Amino acid sequence: MSSAVANPSKDNQSGAMLLLLLKARTFIALIVVFTFFAFAAPNFLSTANMIIMSKHVALNAFLAIGMTFVIITGGIDLSVGSIVGLCGMVAGWLILNGVDIGLGWTIQFNTLEIMLIVICVGILIGLINGLLITKLNVAPFIATLGMLYVARGSALLSSDGRTFPNLNGSAEYGNHTFYLIGAGDFLGIPISIWMLVAVGIGAAYVANRTPLGRYIYAVGGNEKSAGLSGVNVHMVKIAVYMFSGFCAALVGLIISSQLVASHPATGNMFELNAIAAAVLGGTSMSGGRGKIAGTIIGAFVIGILSDGLVMMGVSAFWQTVIKGLVIIAAVVVDQAQQKLQARVVLQQQAALND
Amino acid sequence: METHEIGLTIRDGVKVYPGTIALNHVDFDLHMGAVNVLVGENGAGKSTMMKIVAGVEPLTSGAMELFGKPVRFHNKNQAEAAGIGIVFQELNLFPNLTVAENIFIGREKTRMGIDIDRDYQRAETRKILKRLEHEDIDPDTPLGDLRIGQQQIIEIAKSLAQSARILILDEPTSALSAAEVDILFRVIRDLKADGVGIVYISHRLEELVRIGDYITVLRDGLVTGARSMEGIDVGWIVKNMIGGASKDFPKTEVQAFGAEIFRAEDITLPRMGGGYLVDHISMSVRAGEILGVYGLMGAGRSEFFECVMAQHPSSGGKFFVEGKEVRERSVAGRINRGIALIPENRKQDGLIEILSIRENITLSSLKDFTRIFHMSLAKEARAAAEYVRKLSIKIASLENPVSSLSGGNQQKVVVSKALMTNPKVLLMDEPSRGIDIGAKAEMFRTMRALTAQGLGIIFITSDLEEVMALSDRIIVMADGRISGEFDAGAVTSEDLVAASTPGRTEEKETPLEEAAS
Repeated sequence: MSSAVANPSKDNQSGAMLLLLLKARTFIALIVVFTFFAFAAPNFLSTANMIIMSKHVALNAFLAIGMTFVIITGGIDLSVGSIVGLCGMVAGWLILNGVDIGLGWTIQFNTLEIMLIVICVGILIGLINGLLITKLNVAPFIATLGMLYVARGSALLSSDGRTFPNLNGSAEYGNHTFYLIGAGDFLGIPISIWMLVAVGIGAAYVANRTPLGRYIYAVGGNEKSAGLSGVNVHMVKIAVYMFSGFCAALVGLIISSQLVASHPATGNMFELNAIAAAVLGGTSMSGGRGKIAGTIIGAFVIGILSDGLVMMGVSAFWQTVIKGLVIIAAVVVDQAQQKLQARVVLQQQAALND
Repeated sequence: METHEIGLTIRDGVKVYPGTIALNHVDFDLHMGAVNVLVGENGAGKSTMMKIVAGVEPLTSGAMELFGKPVRFHNKNQAEAAGIGIVFQELNLFPNLTVAENIFIGREKTRMGIDIDRDYQRAETRKILKRLEHEDIDPDTPLGDLRIGQQQIIEIAKSLAQSARILILDEPTSALSAAEVDILFRVIRDLKADGVGIVYISHRLEELVRIGDYITVLRDGLVTGARSMEGIDVGWIVKNMIGGASKDFPKTEVQAFGAEIFRAEDITLPRMGGGYLVDHISMSVRAGEILGVYGLMGAGRSEFFECVMAQHPSSGGKFFVEGKEVRERSVAGRINRGIALIPENRKQDGLIEILSIRENITLSSLKDFTRIFHMSLAKEARAAAEYVRKLSIKIASLENPVSSLSGGNQQKVVVSKALMTNPKVLLMDEPSRGIDIGAKAEMFRTMRALTAQGLGIIFITSDLEEVMALSDRIIVMADGRISGEFDAGAVTSEDLVAASTPGRTEEKETPLEEAAS
C-alpha cells in the first residue's frame, strides 16, 4: 500500500504536466535553440558544421561533467581551465623534448604513454586540490583559485610563455599519431566525441549505479549526516576533484592535438563555461542536486548558442550578453521548478494522510 | 516580607507551536525589585514564556500588561525599548568583535550618527565590568578569546548596559564557576536594590532557594505553583515540577538479558578552556536491555554518544562490542562493528533532506547491494520497501524527498537506516523529540520489539516519565559525570531529579578538584 498514489485531481494533473515541462526545460531549450539556428543560420545543418560544432561542445562538456560532480558535493573547481593549459604544455614538452634523465639521453614516449602521463598530471593536481580542501580545510573556492594561478603560472614557466609548435612527433618514437586524438575519427565521428560518449556514460553510471555516486549526492546534501551514516566524506571529496582534474587533462590533450601545438594560455576562462553548462543543466550550486545528462545538454545549449550566433554574424559583444541572460533565466526557471515540485510532493503526502 | 510592585503580568497566555501547545492558559506576575524564579522540566514552557516577555515570540492568545498598560511586542527591539533585557541560555555574541563592541552591538554610541565613539564605549564597558567584578577583562580583547564563563558575564553585561528595568536570566550559571556564581548573585542583589525586576531560570534548585523571592513552577505548559519563596524547599519544587504522584506505567514483562553487548570504559572529552565535557564515563549494556540515560541539557550525554560514534578525535577511553575492543577510528568502521546512532537533531545529523526516502534508508548499507562496484537498484528498493513495511512508515512513494514526511515518519526513516546496518547496540539520542504522542508510543513499541530480538539499546532523554517507563536501568548524568545509577523498578522521580541537579555533584567533587590542581 505504501506505493499507492491517491487519485490525482484535475489540479494535480495540470501541476504534474507543468512539472514535467519544467523538468525537461534544458532539453526543450536545446530543441528551441537548434530549430532556431537551423532556419536562421545558413549551412547550420550541414554535416561539416555539425561535426565542428560537436567538437567545440565536447571540450566544454568534458570540463562540465567533472565540474558537475564537484558542484554536487557542494564545492567548486576554478582550476580546470588552468589544468587544461598546463596539461597541454606537458604533452607538448613530452613530444618535443622527451624527459631528460641526466645520463646524456632522453626518454621518448609513444602516444599512449603521453596520454597516460598527461592524465596522471591532471589527476595529481586534482588530488592536491582535494587534499587542500579536506585535510587542510581550505574553502574550495580559495584552494582552486590558488591552483588556477599556480597551474597557469607553471604552464607559462614551462616554455617561457612561448608556444610549443609542430607537435607532429616522429614515427621512430611512436608519437607521430598524437594528432589523431583531436583530428582522427572512427566511423565518421571524431575521436574526441567517442571519448565524450565514454566519459559521459561512465560518469552517469558512477552517479546512478555505484555507492560512490550516492555518496557524492549525500555529501552535498548534508555533510554531517553523511559522515554520521558512515560515508567517508574526505575520500568522496578528494575523488571528485581528482575526476575533475582527469577531465581537464583530457581537454588539454585534445586541444593540443587539434592545434598540433600547445600554448600556455589555452583554457583561459574555461572554468566559467563549465560552471555555466552545469548550472544550465540543473545542477544546484548549493550541492546535492544535479545530473550528468542535464550537464551535457547544458553544454550543447551553450555551444550551439555561441556557434550559431557566430554563423548569424551577431557581434561577439552581444553573444556574451545573450549567454549571460540564458544562464540567469535557467536558474530562475529552476527555482520555479523546485517550488512546484515541493508542492506536488506535499500534496501526495497530504492525500495519504487523509 | 515586604510587598513588591507588580511590573509585568500575563493573563490567560496561550502559545501554540505547530503540533504542540507550549503554554496553556498561564498567568504570570513579575515583581519589581525582586527575583522571580521560574522552574520546570525541559520543554515545560519556561523559555517560551520568557521569549514572549522579551518580544521574541508573540502570544497566540491572552494579554500582557506592563505597569498596568497592555502591551504587545512584535520584536525584541520593542521589548528592549520598554526596558526588558534578556540573557539567553545560548550565547548571542560575536566572537570576532571585541568585548566593548559586543556590549554595544546594535546601539553603538556615535558622534553625529557616523563615527563610533570607541573611547566612550570602552569607558562604559570598564564601568560595567567593574560592577561585575571582572575588571581583569580588557574591553578590547576579541570575545572569542574569553572562557565560556567570562563570555556569559559579557552577555549579562550587555543587558546591564541597556539599563533594563526587567532583566531575564535564562540559566545564567550553567557555564559559571562557583566563584563567578557568587559574583553574579551579588550583582543580582544590587540590581534588586535598584528596583529592577529579575526573572531567573535555572535547573539548580539549591540556587533558586538561595536567590529567589517568588517562584513559578511550570509543567507541560501549565503553571502548577506560583507563590512567594518563603518556607519553600527543594522537595516542594520537585513535587510541583513533576506532579504529585508519578503515573504508573505498564511495564512489559521483564526479559532475561543476554551477555554484555557493549561497554564504554573511561570515556573522556576535554572541554575547550579546561575541564571535561565527558568526564570519565563508563557504562555497559546487555543484549535485550534498554538503558536510559537521563540528565539535563549540557550534561554531556550527546557528547558521549558522539565519542562512541568517532566524532571527536580528541576523546579518550575504550569501547568494547561483545567483549572485543573497538579500535576502528572511522564511523564506517564502527557501524561495521555493530554500533548505530540515531542522532538527536534529525534535520542536521540524521537525514539528507534533499535525497529520496529510499536513498536515506539505504545510505549506511549500500555495500549490501553492491557487487564490486555495481549497485543493484532493484535490490536496494526491495530492501528499503521492506523497512517501510516493517516500521509502517507512511509514504506516498519511496522516491519522494524525505523532507516531505512528518516528524514521526522522518524519525522512522532514520531508525530504518540504523537498523539496516544490523547493529548490535543502538544509541538513540532523544528518540521522541519533535514527534507527536501517537508516533512516540509507536517508537517505544519498536524499541521493545528490537530488544526482544537481542539488541542492546542506550537512549538519552530529558523526559522523566519516558525514562522511567521505558528503561530497564537508568543512568543519570550531570556535568559530564555519572551522578547516579538506578534500577528502573525501584527508582522514584525525586531520586532522578535530585541526581540530575548539577550543583550537587559539583559540591561533592570540588575538594577533589582542588586537591588535584
